[in-house]
This record gives sequence, structure tokens and C-alpha cells, in this order.
Amino acid sequence: MIEQIFFLIFAIIAVGSAVAVVSFRNPVHSVISLLVCFIQMAALFVMLRSPFLAAVQIFVYVGAVLVLFLFVIMMIDIRKASMERFVPGGHFWPVAILIVLVIEMVVIISKSKLEAVLVASPLRLDGSVKEMGEALFSKYILPFEVVSFILLVALLGAIVLGRKELK
Amino acid sequence: MLEVLLIILKVVVITMVMFSLPLPLTYMERKVAGHIQVRLGPMRVGPHGILQPFADMIKLLFKEDVVPAKADAWLFRIAPVVSMIPVFAVFATVPFGDKFTIPFINKEVTMYIADMNVGILYVLAVAGLSVYGTILGGWASNSKYALLGGLRASAQMISYELALSFSCIGIVMVVNSLSLLDIVKSQAGWHWNIFYQPLGFIIFFIGGLAEINRIPFDLIEDEGTLGAGYHAEYSSMRFAFFMLTEYVAMVSMSVIMVLLYFGGWDGPSFIPLPGIIWFILKVVFFVYVFMWTRFTYPRYRYDQLMSIGWKILLPLSLVNILITGLVVI
Repeated sequence: MIEQIFFLIFAIIAVGSAVAVVSFRNPVHSVISLLVCFIQMAALFVMLRSPFLAAVQIFVYVGAVLVLFLFVIMMIDIRKASMERFVPGGHFWPVAILIVLVIEMVVIISKSKLEAVLVASPLRLDGSVKEMGEALFSKYILPFEVVSFILLVALLGAIVLGRKELK
Repeated sequence: MLEVLLIILKVVVITMVMFSLPLPLTYMERKVAGHIQVRLGPMRVGPHGILQPFADMIKLLFKEDVVPAKADAWLFRIAPVVSMIPVFAVFATVPFGDKFTIPFINKEVTMYIADMNVGILYVLAVAGLSVYGTILGGWASNSKYALLGGLRASAQMISYELALSFSCIGIVMVVNSLSLLDIVKSQAGWHWNIFYQPLGFIIFFIGGLAEINRIPFDLIEDEGTLGAGYHAEYSSMRFAFFMLTEYVAMVSMSVIMVLLYFGGWDGPSFIPLPGIIWFILKVVFFVYVFMWTRFTYPRYRYDQLMSIGWKILLPLSLVNILITGLVVI
């Protein structure tokens, strides 16, 4: 019961702040809303019994990615940026994409087996880090290596792009 | 029910202690500064100036709280609080000692609020959030100097957080656990991590200095070139909140250092002192080292700061992980 109340609080704030991200005119205010949204998601991860994911969520997204966002956005001329539209052109394409996404979501939810997900997982807060590490390096070793390779390529690409301007 | 009350009591006690810490620490800092520079420090208010912090507090409370006309008023108001909350939240998982029993009611009490199995990750992640207050305060002031201070804070934080976290990986590899309680317990009886991870400690210390913005890394409030940096426009209690954050961050960094590298509450067995006393002594020692550094070294230039972070500390921390890995295997 208490858990449900907390879930509702976190979920409502998360959805509300996510809407605020796209509706605020000032980019810095949008980043702050995104920050609130990410923290709520970390709280939801804690409620799903995975404190490791919650800590990583805060560490990586809130602690690093959003700081970089702010770093770039703070150098923009805010008055000009808040006047411009996010998507050039009319309302047609955003609304069309939104409708396609909603249809896709409804189809996926109606086809999936919700019962399997809704069964309550046993309360357990220990050993998740160890289990996760073992699973990553045995069962999911190929996807793990592929992801790290893609990240390496992205890193090299960023360095190449950065060097080009130096010449 | 008693458990919940106990947790609330612990939270209240820790918060109260942290809130009152700046009083002795500002006094200590000014006395240390004075004696390093061969002068007396505060002497006028009370014997040896001991009442000076109270005088400062009264002054800050009664000053006018100015919000600049062109500032983003809402962000300007909440920025000091945003920077203050994370440094307090760090203490939720800090173990000050093992457990003790209250004499008359025979109840066993643990000297930490929560022992998470991701404790060290939590501490590093939450301590890093404090930078948002600095960035937002700098941006919301709508002033060139404050904005530059905020920009520097974000760049510095990204650069040094990496080396800081990487140096902790060495400890996790040695101890085999992310829980702070396990890390401290594994160091019992002089097996302090400083002896096994000396390089890691040096990197952690330098990264920690940069993370809490102490000299030689306090470029975000560089009074020589930026006025007062991110808090140039702040006055009264909001300025005091930023100061409070700085002092509590300094204490929390010392606490983390003591927990990770200096055995927490473990002390030499031939001197019978309770663990908590050892813990406090070590923390005070590191707070003193931070102050000592502040009045001994000049400030780095901004480009030096970046090249130290990326070209020296980061490769060194990777080497540290590599060596630790080879030894552990």
C-alpha cells in the first residue's frame, strides 16, 4: 500500500516533468525538468529492487550527461533560443509521428503477456551487483562486447571530429 | 515502529551536527590561515576570537537578501538549496562505527543510517550532484563572472569525477564489495587500503580537492579574475548556504577518504580509545590538510587544470586499475 503511494508520487512527477521538458521555452528550464525526471526514474529503479541501476542512472545521466547539456546550453543566447521552434515547419510532422508512436505502443502492449510482468518479484536487495556482473560477463558477453565496441567507435569519431577544427 | 523512530533520530542528529559544523570550521580555517601567514587570525570577539563565527552568523542573518533585477529569480533562489541537499544526503550511507548497545534498554543500535550494497557508487553519484547548485547559481545570476564560474564548475566536475571514480575501482577490486561497511571492515587491524593503494589515494586526494573546489582547484570562485565566481551576486543567507555547502563538502570528502583508505574507525590497539574518536581524529586531520593546502599553494591556471585532469590523473588511474588487477589475479 505504502509502496503504491510512493510509486504514484514518483510516476506522476516523472511524467509531469517529462511534459515540462518539451513545453518550457527556456532551454535551461527544460534541462532542470529533465533532471527531475531522471531522479524520479532512479527512484522507480529503487522500487523495482535494483539499487545498482538507480545509482548508475544518477551517476551517468544526472552526474555527467546533463552537466554536459548544461555546459553547452549555458553558452547559447537564451532569448534567441527560446523564441525559436524546436521543429521547423508546421504542426503536421510532429503530430503525425506522435500518432504513429501511440499506435505502436498500443499494439505492443496488447500483444505482450502482461501477466508475466505483473507478478510481484520477491523482496531482495542483496547480491544484485554480483549477479549482474556475472550475467554480463557470461550469458550476455556478446552484446556487452558489441556495445563497448560501438562506444569505442563513437569515442574515436568524436576525437576525429574534434581534431579537424584544430588544423 | 521503534526502528523507524531510530532512523529519524539518526537523520536529525547527523543533520544538526552538519549544520553546526561551519561554526568551528570557519574559526579553524581563519586561525590556520593566520598562523601559516605569521599573524594571529581573529582575536577581537571573545577570548582568542572564539566568538567570531557567531558574530559572522548574526551579520549574515541580518543582511539584505538581494536578487538581481535581471536574474532568473526562481532558479537564483533555489540554487543554494540544490547545492546543499546532496552534500547532506551523502551521509545517509556513511558508517561512523559498527554497532553499540544502549545500556539500560539493551537495544542494539547501528552507527549508520543505511548500509547499501552499492554504497560507494551512491556516495560518488550523490556527491557529484552538488555541482548543479553552482552551475545554476552561476547561470541564474545573469552576470558574466558568475556565468564563467558556473561553466568552469561543470567542465571541472566532468574532468575530475572520472579520475576520482576510477581510483575507487582499485579499492572495490581489493575488497570485492561496493558496500562502505564491508570496505571499512576489510581494513581492520592495520590492513588500511592506503598501504595497498598508494597511487589510488594520491589520485583520489587530488580529484577530491578538485571536486570540492578547494585551492589549488578553486577556479570557479577565482577572486583574481572572476570577482567571486558563481556566488558573485549572492548575499545574506543564500551566500551562507553556499559557504555551508563548501564546508560540509570538505568534511564529507575527508570522511570518504578516511573510510576508503584509512580504515574508518580502526585505530592502533595499544591506545584504548573508542572507534568514533579515532574516526573523528582522522577526519579532523584531513580537514586540516585541506586548509593547509589552501594557504600553501597558489591556484592553477584553467588550461593547467584541464591538462592535469585529462593527461595525468586519468591515465594514472587507469594504470592503477591495471596494476591492481594484475596483483589481485
